[in-house]
Amino acid sequence: MPKLTVNGREIEVPAGHTVLQACEALGVEIPRFCYHERLSIAGNCRMCLVHMEKSPKPIASCAMPAADGMVIRTDTPEIHKTRQGVMELLLINHPLDCPICDQGGECDLQDQALLYGFDRGRYRESRRAVKDKYWGPLIKTVMTRCIHCTRCIRFATEIAGVPDLGATGRGENMEVGMYVEKALNSELSGNLIDLCPVGALTSAPYAFACLSWELRKTESVDVLDAVGSNIRVDSRGPTVLRVLPRLNEDVNEEWISDKTRFACDGLRHRRLDQPWVRRSGKLEPATWPEAFAAVAQRLKSAKPDRVAAIAGDLADAESMFALKTWLATLGSPHLDCRQDGAKLDPACRAGYLFNTTIAGIERADACLLIGTNPRREAPIVNARLRKRWLMGGFAVAMIGEAADLTYRAEHLGPGAAELKAVAEARHPFAKTLAKARAPMLVVGQGPLVRPDGGAVLALARQIAESCGLIKVEGHWNGFNVLHTAAARVAGLDLGFVPGPNGRDAGAIVAGAGEGTIDILFLLGADEIDTGRLGSAFVVYIGHHGDKGAARADVILPGAAYTEKDATYVNTEGRVQRTRRAVFPPGEAREDWAIVRALAEACGVRLPFDRLADVRAQLASANPVFAALDTVQSAPWGAFGAPGEVGAAPFRSPVRDFYRTDAIGRASPTMAECAAVFSGNASGLTGTHG
Amino acid sequence: MLQDKDRIFTNIYGIADVGLAGARARGDWNGTQEILARGREAIVDAIKRSGLRGRGGAGFGTGMKWSFMPKEVGARPHFLVVNADEGEPGTCKDREILRHEPHKLIEGALIASFAVGAHASYCYVRGEFLREAEALQQAADEARAAGLIGPNACGSGWDFEFHIHLGAGAYICGEESALIESLEGRKGQPRLKPPFPANVGLYGCPTTVNNAESIAVAPTILRRGPEWFSAIGRPNNVGTKLFNISGHVNNPCTVEEEMGIPLKELIETHAGGVRGGWDNLLAVIPGGSSVPLIPKSICDTVRMDFDSLREVKSGLGTGALIVMDKSTDVIRAIARLSRFYKHESCGQCTPCREGTGWLARMMERMARGDASPGEIGVLEQVTRQVEGNTICALADAAAWPVQGLLRHFRPELERRIAEAQARKSGRAA
Amino acid sequence: MSGAPFAFDPENLRRAEAIIVKYPAGRQASAVMPLLDIAQRQGGGWLTQAAMDYIADYLQMPPIRVYEVASFYTMYNLKPVGRHHVQVCTNLPCWLRGSDVVAETCRRTLGIGFGETSADGQFTLSEVECLGACVNAPMMQIDDDYYEDLDPDTTRAVLAVLKQGGKPKTGSQMGRRSCEPKNGLTVLKDTLPKGKKK
Repeated sequence: MPKLTVNGREIEVPAGHTVLQACEALGVEIPRFCYHERLSIAGNCRMCLVHMEKSPKPIASCAMPAADGMVIRTDTPEIHKTRQGVMELLLINHPLDCPICDQGGECDLQDQALLYGFDRGRYRESRRAVKDKYWGPLIKTVMTRCIHCTRCIRFATEIAGVPDLGATGRGENMEVGMYVEKALNSELSGNLIDLCPVGALTSAPYAFACLSWELRKTESVDVLDAVGSNIRVDSRGPTVLRVLPRLNEDVNEEWISDKTRFACDGLRHRRLDQPWVRRSGKLEPATWPEAFAAVAQRLKSAKPDRVAAIAGDLADAESMFALKTWLATLGSPHLDCRQDGAKLDPACRAGYLFNTTIAGIERADACLLIGTNPRREAPIVNARLRKRWLMGGFAVAMIGEAADLTYRAEHLGPGAAELKAVAEARHPFAKTLAKARAPMLVVGQGPLVRPDGGAVLALARQIAESCGLIKVEGHWNGFNVLHTAAARVAGLDLGFVPGPNGRDAGAIVAGAGEGTIDILFLLGADEIDTGRLGSAFVVYIGHHGDKGAARADVILPGAAYTEKDATYVNTEGRVQRTRRAVFPPGEAREDWAIVRALAEACGVRLPFDRLADVRAQLASANPVFAALDTVQSAPWGAFGAPGEVGAAPFRSPVRDFYRTDAIGRASPTMAECAAVFSGNASGLTGTHG
Repeated sequence: MLQDKDRIFTNIYGIADVGLAGARARGDWNGTQEILARGREAIVDAIKRSGLRGRGGAGFGTGMKWSFMPKEVGARPHFLVVNADEGEPGTCKDREILRHEPHKLIEGALIASFAVGAHASYCYVRGEFLREAEALQQAADEARAAGLIGPNACGSGWDFEFHIHLGAGAYICGEESALIESLEGRKGQPRLKPPFPANVGLYGCPTTVNNAESIAVAPTILRRGPEWFSAIGRPNNVGTKLFNISGHVNNPCTVEEEMGIPLKELIETHAGGVRGGWDNLLAVIPGGSSVPLIPKSICDTVRMDFDSLREVKSGLGTGALIVMDKSTDVIRAIARLSRFYKHESCGQCTPCREGTGWLARMMERMARGDASPGEIGVLEQVTRQVEGNTICALADAAAWPVQGLLRHFRPELERRIAEAQARKSGRAA
Repeated sequence: MSGAPFAFDPENLRRAEAIIVKYPAGRQASAVMPLLDIAQRQGGGWLTQAAMDYIADYLQMPPIRVYEVASFYTMYNLKPVGRHHVQVCTNLPCWLRGSDVVAETCRRTLGIGFGETSADGQFTLSEVECLGACVNAPMMQIDDDYYEDLDPDTTRAVLAVLKQGGKPKTGSQMGRRSCEPKNGLTVLKDTLPKGKKK
């Protein structure tokens, strides 16, 4: 561990740390533009120059490895003058358009200029103007503002694994871009906006929407996939204007996917902001009492055995728990949170979790992907897999659809045959897994939602057990289920699954179709076949006028994830909470409260009045809900249903990354992305039909 | 003055046979096997003792550089890279080696490679030197056919491959780490140091980068002995050197002379003197465009070597003299160099990318007198902001010519501005 | 811009393969510069995007890395050039010895300015930085050859030969051997072949 002196104070830093990191450890701030701790070191902005004893020139602290006995000074008049000099040079060709720049107020250049800028310009020559570039529907470019720090190039190349960005030309004519005009095709592209230290890359959908200091900032979590990315929701008045990542090393580091970031305009469209009741076949606006009365009247005449509930992908734990509690009181065993029909086994928690954890991927040294395309299903998990791959010594193979995952993954084949071959140790990759120190596999939802999903799960378990993926003493569990729905793990954890003799989601839909289910509650369930619900009376509790609401007989307007304090459990089993950033629109209410009020209107008083009561009961029903923000390891056990796996190729359930849920489908930005990136022409015309 | 018997490049003008037979007749490839048989350490030591300093501009000890390479070749192979990306304005010495003395270069590459533990070397030749690269390739083919290079080169037991890599028009690739980047198939953008090439160079492997002239003189030094070489010139500034004399002289030429030869003697003996006589001399840029100019008063007495020229705040650089007589518009001359550096900045570091453009534009105005007197100070300050704050030395090279101008010809700038203002007010009146 | 597809002809394919083997296995990206040069020659003196994409594919490089290289080095032309590319050095050593006049002579003789191509597509005139022949200043490069020690007359003469489809004598246009002093050797006089004194 090298020991060095910074401004007269000694510090010891781990070997490999830079002078800049040593300075930071002492609380000595070093200005920088190009340096970013998650990217390779470029050393080009020259703002971080410091004085090093015995060096005739100042050194770039971001690039200089800390060494024993170094004497560093950051506070000399010469260094201050040097930084002023660099700052002046950064600014000579930078437009002075801060008042109309969306970066204003959160601009590194602006901030540093306050410290190192001159109060007037000495540059009398004409300024450089650079043509703006088209990077797609998400990123707005104002390239004259670019300071050539190359953070965006390094992010695209290193983290996103999409080496499309570069700097062409040279000297003062160097331009950052793609040379060929095209949209930057990465699910992580929005992070470039955060990384750009100036206003060259800003959010296109957010352009000119707001001044940064007018925003209310609410720390929350994302629910548009099962990663549970930590986010900050920025709102003004009743409107969510943007979503930004929040640092969580265990989950999303400081990245979020483009869906997480940009689908938020879907919160402003197609919202259910008042109750509706279907009268003479037509949905008509109603008051809450009218809507409740319509449900109560229908429920009165229904046998408990003919009542059912399905929870959708965005449902929070509290509302699922409330609905489950009510159904239990009514005496119905027909409930399911697996609207896609996934053959996940609620009996064994380790059998439905991403046990390795997202951060744990970095400790793995071999990985088998089974019927999953993590790039589309969970870009943040995919980024972590790529990060691990870049470190070297990480063998990745996939069974299912061949896909460019941004790292090398050997494609073993389309499905059953290869999976069986690995399970029976007939495939060479079985040896790779067995020989690995920390092998892992990831099963996606694609094969699990098939009728033979239980058999796939059983084979995956067999691989885990026979290839040494479960090392109890090594505290290593390499078995992973990658979920796509934010609601799923909580649903399984709290038992939103069929009770004794209960029907699962498929059987509930079938029962509705054939007339054996009379009343069906859809808690934001939009991904079922709503055309096959027969004459069942459908009560939809949710926030968007999507497929479920269109089929409903009564609509009870709920709150989206930005509008409620709610609990979600991510694919790892990490319990996290959203925070209310804005109020639900119109008459919409928080979902658990709707269930509680509806039950009461129907003559059942549920045993909780406040959110805290629900949470207390949830925690006593399953203690995992008591521990926030951590992952508790789940004991290994038996799960899956051994049997034949059909020959049909495994397929990722996510066909259109940008529109996997009601919010994404309501988002004009996501529609544009779908049109541009997925070549989905219907993208711009809406989502119905 | 150097005597012919002490000249290394005896066919620098290409008068005699350039081919292998001619080269052998001049002593090239003579006893190469015996030289290699002395072993790595002995060779490095001899080059160190010879006092040879790198001929590419920086003047770093060649033997010292070789000694930085790992003593044992580990998992990573070692490489020798010969820098023949000659592009410093005023400089055209490597060109003559490539086309007229290619065997010296190839033999030197073999010996240097052996000395640093490399089995492969790449000679990076500027792309415009296509004919020179062809001559070098022809020589390499001859040498290979004769068993001088290739497997078991010269019967030494050492396998040695010599490859030529052509550049494509970028001065910055003369900087060693930019050259390595370019060799790897990228833009020529200098790398951060540390790590240094001797540790992490070409393809991440230990690499020595030497100027073509440094490499080409090595075989003769080893044949005639380091003492012979170090006896020529002055202490710490020894040996012979190729000088290019361009600009306002009667007979521009390239000549090999001893280090430390007085500048005036060099010009008068070999270049036919300054056009219009010595008293018509205005200034000389003594070491390629990157070093500050020196006015006649200094030229009268200064010697052409590293230390003498550093004492007068200039440098030997590449040993290329650009001579300017009194007819020269010296502001415009330096402005032209500023334009060159703006054109050649790779664009990586802020001070250079932005500063070279600023300097060039200001110098263009200075040449017209279109400036305020106060801007001379701004010009000076900008050179200081640019200098010493970047990854490589190109920014320094852009700053120094302007600093030299300000140091010696500041009144000229003031006069130019005053004249322009007078003209303007005259028109206005 | 031409949208025509690009592929190396068989001869150039052989050349490309011979170049790639100069570099260690897996380091084929090192060949990008020579391959761009080959592509440029095959393509009539300039690089289309198709040619760059072809090389990216050939060398398994992301296309942007090839664009970066092609746009960084000045010898790659990303726009069409004439049959002959006349490049006049105007850097200091050439300027001191009359490159302004050489450039003006070129402009007048060819009827085009710097950066322009003659209407018949025969000539493109460019101003370039130091070409490394400073003791033979002023000079210009046309296609692959240097023409040195120029004055207006010899400049005109060189261009005239080219216009007539001929091949001008390369090197010094004043008749001296390479970089020797024009008035005769000051050193190495003994190396002169007998009877060939100057």
